Amino acid sequence: MNASAREVRSSVPGPVLSARDLHTWFELRQWGFLRVGSVRAVDGVNFDLQTGEAVAFVGESGCGKSSLARTLLGLHQPTRGEVIFEGRSLGTLDGAERKAYLARVGYVQQDPYGALPPFMDVRRILHEPLIVHGVRNRAERDQRAREALEEVRLSPPEDFLSKFPHMLSGGQQQRVVIARALILRPAMIIADEPVSMLDASVRVEILQLLRRIQIDHGLTLAFITHDLSTVRHFAERIFVMYAGRIVEQAEVNELLNHPQHPYTQALLAAISDPDPDNARQQREVPPGEPPSLLKPPAGCRFHPRCNRMIAGTCDREYPPDLEPRQGHGTACWLYR
Amino acid sequence: MAGEPLLRVEDLKLHYRSGRGVVRALDGVSFDLRRNEALVVLGESGCGKSTLAKALMRLLPRNVQHFSGRMLVDGVETMGHSEERFRREVRWVRISLVMQAAMNALNPVVRVGEQVAEPLRVHRGWSNRRALDRAAEVFGLVGVSADFLQRYPFELSGGMRQRVVLAMALVTEPDLVIMDEPTSALDVLTQASIMNALKRIKQELGTSFILITHDVSTSSELAERVALMYAGQLVELADAKDFFREPAHPYSKLLMASVPRLHQEETPVHIPGQPPNLLDPPEGCRFADRCPSRFDRCDRDPETFRIGERRTVRCWLYAQGART
Amino acid sequence: MKPLLDGLRRLGQYPSALVGLAIIFALVGTAVFTVVTIPYGQALELWRGGEPWRMHPVNARPVWVDRIAGNNSPRTMVVSSADAVIEQEPFVGGSRVRIPLDFDFGYADFPSELNLFLTSTHVEREPFVRLTWETPDSREFILGGRRLAREERVSISQDWELERRLGRVPHVGLFAGPAEDGPPQVLEGRYRLMLDVILFEEDARIDADLVVYGRVHGLAGTDHQRRDLMVALLWGIPVALAFGLLAAVGTTVTTLVIAAAGVWYGGWVDAVIQRLTEVNIILPMLPILVMVGTLYSTSIWVMLGVVIALGIFSAGIKMYRAMLLPIRESPYIEAAKAYGAGNARIILRYMIPRILPVLIPTFVTLIPSFVFLEASLALLGLGDPVLPTWGKVMNDAQTQSALYHGFYYWVLSPAALLMLTGLGFAMLGFALDRVFNPRLRTM
Ligand SMILES: Nc1ncnc2c1ncn2[C@@H]1O[C@H](COP(=O)(O)OP(=O)(O)OP(=O)(O)O)[C@@H](O)[C@H]1O
Ligand SMILES: Nc1ncnc2c1ncn2[C@@H]1O[C@H](COP(=O)(O)OP(=O)(O)OP(=O)(O)O)[C@@H](O)[C@H]1O
Ligand code: SF4
Ligand code: SF4
Ligand SMILES: [Mg+2]
Ligand SMILES: [Mg+2]
Repeated sequence: MNASAREVRSSVPGPVLSARDLHTWFELRQWGFLRVGSVRAVDGVNFDLQTGEAVAFVGESGCGKSSLARTLLGLHQPTRGEVIFEGRSLGTLDGAERKAYLARVGYVQQDPYGALPPFMDVRRILHEPLIVHGVRNRAERDQRAREALEEVRLSPPEDFLSKFPHMLSGGQQQRVVIARALILRPAMIIADEPVSMLDASVRVEILQLLRRIQIDHGLTLAFITHDLSTVRHFAERIFVMYAGRIVEQAEVNELLNHPQHPYTQALLAAISDPDPDNARQQREVPPGEPPSLLKPPAGCRFHPRCNRMIAGTCDREYPPDLEPRQGHGTACWLYR
Repeated sequence: MAGEPLLRVEDLKLHYRSGRGVVRALDGVSFDLRRNEALVVLGESGCGKSTLAKALMRLLPRNVQHFSGRMLVDGVETMGHSEERFRREVRWVRISLVMQAAMNALNPVVRVGEQVAEPLRVHRGWSNRRALDRAAEVFGLVGVSADFLQRYPFELSGGMRQRVVLAMALVTEPDLVIMDEPTSALDVLTQASIMNALKRIKQELGTSFILITHDVSTSSELAERVALMYAGQLVELADAKDFFREPAHPYSKLLMASVPRLHQEETPVHIPGQPPNLLDPPEGCRFADRCPSRFDRCDRDPETFRIGERRTVRCWLYAQGART
Repeated sequence: MKPLLDGLRRLGQYPSALVGLAIIFALVGTAVFTVVTIPYGQALELWRGGEPWRMHPVNARPVWVDRIAGNNSPRTMVVSSADAVIEQEPFVGGSRVRIPLDFDFGYADFPSELNLFLTSTHVEREPFVRLTWETPDSREFILGGRRLAREERVSISQDWELERRLGRVPHVGLFAGPAEDGPPQVLEGRYRLMLDVILFEEDARIDADLVVYGRVHGLAGTDHQRRDLMVALLWGIPVALAFGLLAAVGTTVTTLVIAAAGVWYGGWVDAVIQRLTEVNIILPMLPILVMVGTLYSTSIWVMLGVVIALGIFSAGIKMYRAMLLPIRESPYIEAAKAYGAGNARIILRYMIPRILPVLIPTFVTLIPSFVFLEASLALLGLGDPVLPTWGKVMNDAQTQSALYHGFYYWVLSPAALLMLTGLGFAMLGFALDRVFNPRLRTM
């Protein structure tokens, strides 16, 4: 399946979405007006996504993955930097253009039940984006809702159109969310931990579904996850995030087989495959917890936990983006 | 007494009353657990894992329709115990429980140290001072610095709160700790580090564990024994090395094949279909709908067959004379 | 709106809901019946008082109250010349007419009043009438004579001269037995008022109605202006329900939309709404209404408007805000933003419907509180000037010192209806609360 995805990509060259020096900071106030500081949820992120590729953003809870997704969707204004979609910076779009952009990007959230209005049935849920985007004809909306349900393998659609979210299983709910993301025929899908709230038994199924749709339609898929063990099957490139920044990026196999950044290495070492021997040994885990984004440590954000920290360098200045291996970037002083 | 397992459960059933009928959430579960052994209970959402934990702790909701079976702790039958005696001799004393999502259920206005010390004051009548000292000790055990005793839950990260809840379960030095999805909501690194702590505690204190989870990979970090549940029943009970390497039950096989692995080229395969409704479970084998090996006998409820020294499978394939 | 329907279906399990619903349906049914049988215009006309009520007694108790108490107080009797055997002797240029108005009086108590209504069709020369009262034991009292206008009301009860002669008020003296000492006793039997009329025109005619006013009347009794209280009690139902419902809908809808807008836009919009609410909460509602009522108008529509206006920034905003704040952050709203839904759509279609089920119980219990408010205003004399309402009845009762005079029915019947209304909505509201507020629901 990788081959077909690459074909689509090569036919339309150039990045579809880029982030340039993207910062999203949340001002933290006390008593409503006293400025306490800023949560630097996204703190200088750069990347290019090619048309038709599936990339994964991986990182721990609170590292800014969802904030990044929301900034890409225009739900948060970037504090600094810009998001460029098909050559145009989001900040320069007017109201109508912005709305048109939103139709080009589908959004799949983490919590499928929360993502669906509980008081609407599936038909209504799928009609809503169409109504918002001016599809007046009811029959046409119905037709497209049916197509979208078929696409996410909820068939026959009639069985689902009049159901309310609470009547569906978690996996079915997430399929409806995906159908809603597809219904405006987007060019790109941003999926923020689409399976982490689902039962383990349906995760693979939903990921395969997303992947198939992405390939079939030549969509660009930005897939956010904290579960590295699934990414190799569902993405071509990985971005590893730590404390608001991308610390490493490479093709999937390259990254999994040759992790360069000490944080990525620790992450990979902590992941277990089901093996009875696991129970007999302690795993190596870096001490401490991810830093507060309110006051991130100076220099490399990982330095307080890093066992290869170079005193005097790592704790002073943020490492530059380096490329220790071909097509494999990382921000770590070790590779200077 | 030496030969007696720490816990033996036979034909445990717990059914709920609900608006639409009886939910047979736990329908005849039997297993045993030795001292200092770790049993992992695996199963899809809604298969009755939490119900098993509640039944073992006898923390029954009000709408229980039926509760029966045998439960022996060190060879002593406890099902006949009065609620008062069970509370005095078993619950929190011999067996403690970390409930599902307990880390979000900490009392937000009480310092975590006091919450951990609470069981000691209640069950043992210890003084505040002594209980807090013990709480500090247990904090060390689970990897929380003693300064955190004075903090409130909202000041702690999710991983820290989970450790605090674990400390609460360990503080009375029980023989068995049941943990219901203790790490599901946590990050990989935090998960690994809590698993490390559990392994150390098991080794140093000789505690037994029942770890309830749907995450096969993480469960392997602690498992010596594995119990796989499906629709309120145990379908396979085996040593971890057998279960992870050579699962026997058709469901076990599918489950193991569906687990995504970091170092595996082929894509994991998902299990088709959905588990049956516990309101009205189907006749015969409950897995029959989704089973690739089903055959004519499967219309009848399979018995539990012993296929190894400590290994049982609830599947007709393992009956004497069935195909191999 | 599936959860809504599910909830309503579950409502059947609560007896209190069924009782509440029964009360509400009964009230609504009666309201519809009232509005159909006594049209609005007619109701206003009746409640203005005066002529239509001249044959009703003043401050008569409801019949059933009297009978339950074991009394047998008189009902009102109208003795009409149309049923009498009239003797007529014509003479040149006129005629002499004898009209005997006969009636049987068999009650244990005296009537409350005695009036004779005469109409004459003469053109120029007024007829002359002489009245004679005959008791069952054949005593005769001359009630005097007089010339008649075309419409004449002879207030026998207010004949001071007669009162002096009888030593008692006429409607007692004329019905009392002959015993002189001790309290007067009713003499039961056949009474006659003989009208000897001389008509001075040949085709003049005369009609007479003798009204022997009772002490009890109908199901609801009458007030000091002889009006049948039933009119007000019945018409009070649609007025109360309409006021309660409109006020509840008006305040809930506006408050909800404003709260949702505040929550959605946040920032200064929210701050302004919050401050306005805080100011409004400490502003006392009743005195403002009293001021409006005294200085401007007591029309029920003006009051309704003011109540809604004051209700917009009521404490409800704080409650809705607390409920809406988490919804604003909920993923489905974020999803709606992500596919480009506009602000108005998000507020009206995504936020408000989410809390509607929870609001229904509050809404239902809000209705009677506005009903009570309207009644309180009327009780304070700020009721609508023309509409018959329960509050107006109680206000009249109060100004007439009804309780002091023992006219308990006057106060109790509107009060009972008010309480019944409150009870009906409260019972339904509490049951709804159990259905829609899962926290209160027991497994
Ligand atoms: N609207 C906001 N206002 C203030 N702080 C915020 C806001 N949204 C996110 N944050 C903070 O920004 C940081 C990054 O949050 P974000 O949700 O992006 O993390 P994440 O990587 O998606 O985590 P998770 O895996 O838990 O979803 C967190 O510290 C969070 O508290
Ligand atoms: N108090 C209750 N009343 C009625 N039904 C219940 C109750 N608690 C649980 N159930 C039902 O019993 C079944 C088993 O529930 P249980 O919580 O034991 O599952 P679980 O395996 O722990 O699932 P999860 O992985 O989602 O925690 C489910 O179908 C659930 O809906
Ligand atoms: S820059 Fe230094 S501290 Fe940071 S990861 Fe590399 S070696 Fe470790
Ligand atoms: S009993 Fe039959 S249906 Fe059930 S798991 Fe075994 S083979 Fe499959
Ligand atoms: Mg997130
Ligand atoms: Mg559970």
